[in-house]
Amino acid sequence: MPAITEDTTTVRVPEPIQPRDGFGPPPRPPEEDGGGEDPRPGWRPAFPVSRGRLVLWLVLTVVVMLFAGFSSAYIILRGAPAWQNVALPASLWANTFVLLASSVTMEWTRRRTVEGHTASAKKWMAATAALGAAFLGGQVLAWMELAGAGVYLASTLHSSFLYILTGMHGLHLAGGIAALAYVSAGVFRNRYSAAGHEPVTLCATYWHFMDGLWVYLFLLLMLA
Amino acid sequence: MTTHDEHAHPELGFWRKYIFSTDHKIIGIQYIITAMAMAVVGGVLSMLMRLQLGWPGTLWPSLENIFPTGFAGGVMEPGFYLSLVTMHGTIMVFFLFTAVLTGGFGNFLIPLQIGARDMAFPLLNALSYWTFLLSCITILGALFATGGPPLGGWTAYAPLSAVPAMGPGQGDGMTLWIVAIALFTASGLMGGLNYVTTLLTMRTKGMSMMRLPLTQWALFITAILGTLAFPVLLAAGILLTFDRIGGTSFFVPAGLFLADGTLIDHSGGHPLLWQHLFWFFGHPEVYIVLLPAMGIASDILSTFARKPIFSYKMMVYSMSAIAFLSFIVWGHHMFLSGMNPLLGSLFTLTTLLIAIPSAVKTFNWIGTILGARIQFTVPMLFALGFVSTFISGGLSGIFLGTSASDIAMHDTYFVVGHFHLVMAVAPLFAAFAGIYFWFPKMFGRMMNMTAGKVHFWISFVGVNCVFMTMHASGVAGHLRRIYDPTQYAFLEPVYGMNQFISISAFVLGAAQILFLVNFFASIWFGPKASVNPWNATTLEWTVPSPPGHGNFGPELPVVERWAFDYSVPGAKEDFVMQTEAPARVESS
Amino acid sequence: MASGSGTGKVTVPGAVLGVLLFVFVLVSVWMLSTERFWFVDLASEHGASVDTVYVVVLIVTGVAFVATQLLLAFIVTRYGARNGERAAYWHENARAEAILIGGTAVTLTVLVFLGQYVWYQIYFTDPPADSMVVEVTGQQFQWVFRYPGDDGVFGNVDPALVTVTDPIGVDRSGAGADDILVVGQMHAIQNQPVLVRIRSTDVIHNFHLPHMRVKQDAVPGMTIEVGFTPTDTGEYEIACAELCGLNHFAMSGMLTVDATQAEFDQWLEDQLVFQ
Repeated sequence: MPAITEDTTTVRVPEPIQPRDGFGPPPRPPEEDGGGEDPRPGWRPAFPVSRGRLVLWLVLTVVVMLFAGFSSAYIILRGAPAWQNVALPASLWANTFVLLASSVTMEWTRRRTVEGHTASAKKWMAATAALGAAFLGGQVLAWMELAGAGVYLASTLHSSFLYILTGMHGLHLAGGIAALAYVSAGVFRNRYSAAGHEPVTLCATYWHFMDGLWVYLFLLLMLA
Repeated sequence: MTTHDEHAHPELGFWRKYIFSTDHKIIGIQYIITAMAMAVVGGVLSMLMRLQLGWPGTLWPSLENIFPTGFAGGVMEPGFYLSLVTMHGTIMVFFLFTAVLTGGFGNFLIPLQIGARDMAFPLLNALSYWTFLLSCITILGALFATGGPPLGGWTAYAPLSAVPAMGPGQGDGMTLWIVAIALFTASGLMGGLNYVTTLLTMRTKGMSMMRLPLTQWALFITAILGTLAFPVLLAAGILLTFDRIGGTSFFVPAGLFLADGTLIDHSGGHPLLWQHLFWFFGHPEVYIVLLPAMGIASDILSTFARKPIFSYKMMVYSMSAIAFLSFIVWGHHMFLSGMNPLLGSLFTLTTLLIAIPSAVKTFNWIGTILGARIQFTVPMLFALGFVSTFISGGLSGIFLGTSASDIAMHDTYFVVGHFHLVMAVAPLFAAFAGIYFWFPKMFGRMMNMTAGKVHFWISFVGVNCVFMTMHASGVAGHLRRIYDPTQYAFLEPVYGMNQFISISAFVLGAAQILFLVNFFASIWFGPKASVNPWNATTLEWTVPSPPGHGNFGPELPVVERWAFDYSVPGAKEDFVMQTEAPARVESS
Repeated sequence: MASGSGTGKVTVPGAVLGVLLFVFVLVSVWMLSTERFWFVDLASEHGASVDTVYVVVLIVTGVAFVATQLLLAFIVTRYGARNGERAAYWHENARAEAILIGGTAVTLTVLVFLGQYVWYQIYFTDPPADSMVVEVTGQQFQWVFRYPGDDGVFGNVDPALVTVTDPIGVDRSGAGADDILVVGQMHAIQNQPVLVRIRSTDVIHNFHLPHMRVKQDAVPGMTIEVGFTPTDTGEYEIACAELCGLNHFAMSGMLTVDATQAEFDQWLEDQLVFQ
């Protein structure tokens, strides 16, 4: 992934560095730069990741730690004598398939945007959002299936985790859909060209991450 | 974008400029003043605790007028005392120290010291403050909840915290407590994302990571710690909430019943799970408070020693090591919890490991002032006070980190004395040092230094009288969180000590009023401050006091050297600004 | 030490701070070593080793404490600013740093091994076979002691069986028929090992015998065993050391160490009336 930031897309004319204080030779260029606002022409930020991408990864770190907290609780309580597994609703398989499919469409959205095929990107993005919503609806159906079988939040430790982990993941995915909606406004107004597509790629990263997180949670709930 | 035009900004009205501001400087000051208000509440609570401990069972009819239920009949109620314990701890740890050091100094200093115009996400920054304010209001609301404030301590151990019927205040009060902490967590995370992004991407030209002032390194590492630790607390809080209102049993085992025989309808959970999750957050939290304090103290020590910081690199490495190790020492809070004793051995090892980088920092501070020409300004006095209390508190931690001697010390006032010195007094002293030091940059005026010196001398003597004596009373066996020590005959030797501690605490508390008066009076009446009143070297001292919107003039500064060029041989003055070109003086 | 220009001077605030630190060190050393504020009298066998670990840590940290605080006092006194003088300009000394880090590491390693040796003896050594087994249950806000009776076996407990006279709900139909329940009073015999099985029926408590150097959380859902051997007869207070709710401070009890088995048996027999 090349380090592309918005700053570098504008062309700057380099100027010779002037001695500033009127004494001594011109200052030698510092060995390392920060990544801040450009104080002099012809200078590039040294930090290789854009601000948006950095924040995204920090947010994902927070999400990882949140679910690491839940997971460690799960693993510790898994050994408790009172632990009782409940049968996972079959619809979770279908939901998983839907979410995986949405990752594929998301990836198509990203590629079409990068290539500049905005019209195509719009379609794929709509499909992604629809699949995401279908997944969330499916998760609610899975809850209803559970409740129909007499398995509630407080029934067993396993069912508590089942409801809470799916719920927490669903909330995060809903956030992803909201981000898609926000970004789609830009795509539909053709703001994201091949050169300035970062919001779409960030959405794609988040989306794939949520997908991976779900697969992890599903495996945890199923196998452990 | 390369030039910045001051006149491009229309003049903002009072509300936009000082209240709903997105300017990092205003937000930093908002954090500091809000935290000071919270500190007043937390401080008053501790004074009431000392009143009870010094003179248990005494009639205070006048206090009954203020606290009709807490002092029903004129004598403090046991539940009221435990609420004081809980709320004092919670308010001070989160709403004073975390808020003032990361929220206050972080916001105010990061852009100024790295040469940026503002934070990476100013709006998110403002949102972080307003979320924090909301959490402050929520936690204060817990003081007035039906059934009273929570009484389970700031650690909120389950099942006491998980079953509302387990005590007064464990109902609505505890619920508000959880909400407040969740909001605080959200606020801290918003701040943390902002700090990391700003520090990584917005440093000005020449400001390499290894040229950052140590305050910035400390804030950077702290922000990462917060990003990793806060979500775990949030996860624990979510599970706890479900235990309380959803009937789940994460932290509540089966077969419990109340004193009246009522069965509690839970099954299968584990109380120690809460402690593991809480302390996995809780120990890094100690360093979330302590690291910025270390950074601030390091910079101030070097400034007034007029001497470079000793071993800058080791300072950075040791802070990083402390941050890393802080995630694998949490079990030292749980030696006697029934946790596998083998884990006790493991956590003893990691805990004493963390003492090594802490010792490195102490050596380096002493190395910094050795051979110095110390200017005993008020910030310097507090920074020296920080070093002294950190040494005392750090060393007494070794007793507690060694699992075998923890058997004697656990849950006594030895622990109370230890953690107050190391994570309350030391950070407080660093925060005082920071406020006296950067006040001119915040408000364009100087604080009254005579009052500041009186404040320091009373505080320094006071904290040692209070907290060193607590160590001794802990050795004598005084248990913590005890409403009335006269309940136990074996505690007779500490009755007198308790009175001494209480009187010292009152004097100590009174000295803080002096600080508050000085602070607020100086905002309006202090003598005008120059651009660089302390002859310090970092970037914030190159701009007017207070700096205008956007911090720097039309061009951002360019950094040519590290932050610690004091007393450079051959230089014209005994300090060389970070922006000074190397041609002027060659430093080794 | 290398210094800059001039010698620096003793300033008033520097000297005051130096003297304060000196006094503070003296008072602290006195306070933490005087008989007056020392541990409560020791009355158990393993407690001696706990105290020894404490004393060793006290000496090691005490030396570090005195050395660093006095060095600080010396520096602030000696190196005050004098007009026009420059401080020394040095900021690295890898050798000094390595020596100090190494010294700290070695000292701490010794402390770890010493501490873990004692920890191992307490927690990883099987209790003596002739230990008297007592069950103690913490509940808001009392300690309930249970002796297994003649059969030496504890009966099952069931919360549904809790009554006014039976705060933990012993199933009297089986092995529990002869169990003896006592609230707030525990007896043991001098020089006879005791094994305490610690439980809780509501929140976390901490079974604390200050004179025996016993301190162990009572965690609901767990049974935690701790052993000790009382070495002196007499009455010793029992405390709860973990915040457990409203009347935590009053959750006390009394351990009586009897000189002979006969005295103990007599006391136990007296309790039968209340069963």
